[in-house]
Amino acid sequence: MTKADLINRVYGAFEGISRKEAAELVETVFDAIKETLERGEKVKISGFGNFVVRRKRERPGRNPQTGQEITITARRVLTFKPSQMLKTGLNAADD
Amino acid sequence: MKLSKGKAQVTVNTVFDALRDAMIREERIEIRGFGSFEVRHYDSYEGRNPRTGDPVHVAPKKLPFFKAGKELRERINAASRLEDESFGS
Repeated sequence: MTKADLINRVYGAFEGISRKEAAELVETVFDAIKETLERGEKVKISGFGNFVVRRKRERPGRNPQTGQEITITARRVLTFKPSQMLKTGLNAADD
Repeated sequence: MKLSKGKAQVTVNTVFDALRDAMIREERIEIRGFGSFEVRHYDSYEGRNPRTGDPVHVAPKKLPFFKAGKELRERINAASRLEDESFGS
């Protein structure tokens, strides 16, 4: 699934909008999410999950290719925590 | 763009319903500029209740994983350099 599929779904969800408008709507949603995360705020999508920015301290690491020791700098990473509803949905669809 | 609250809500619901449905179909999802989702399978295993130490059987399960795209990962990390704060993990 790609953004094009999402645009088609949104296009089908509204009466009388153009495909271009549907594309703008999808773009607006992801832009808003990205801007929020960039500010370090979490984004909660009810029934789906939370996108959370976590702060990591500096820590020692290794270049897995060469084995050379390096320092992994302090950074922010984005994590996704799926909601219970999403996890249940995935496993209910079980074969 | 002008965007009513109702329209925004329907859009958000439509987008995340579509993502959830694709995950249930175990389709790979790739949203350019944002990231990708995949479903990973876990075998059953014998675990323990961490409080009581009792052995418990954990059934096989599927869990969704998200990987932030390069652009977003860099934008989020770049934002942190502008701040002078103590880091917690």
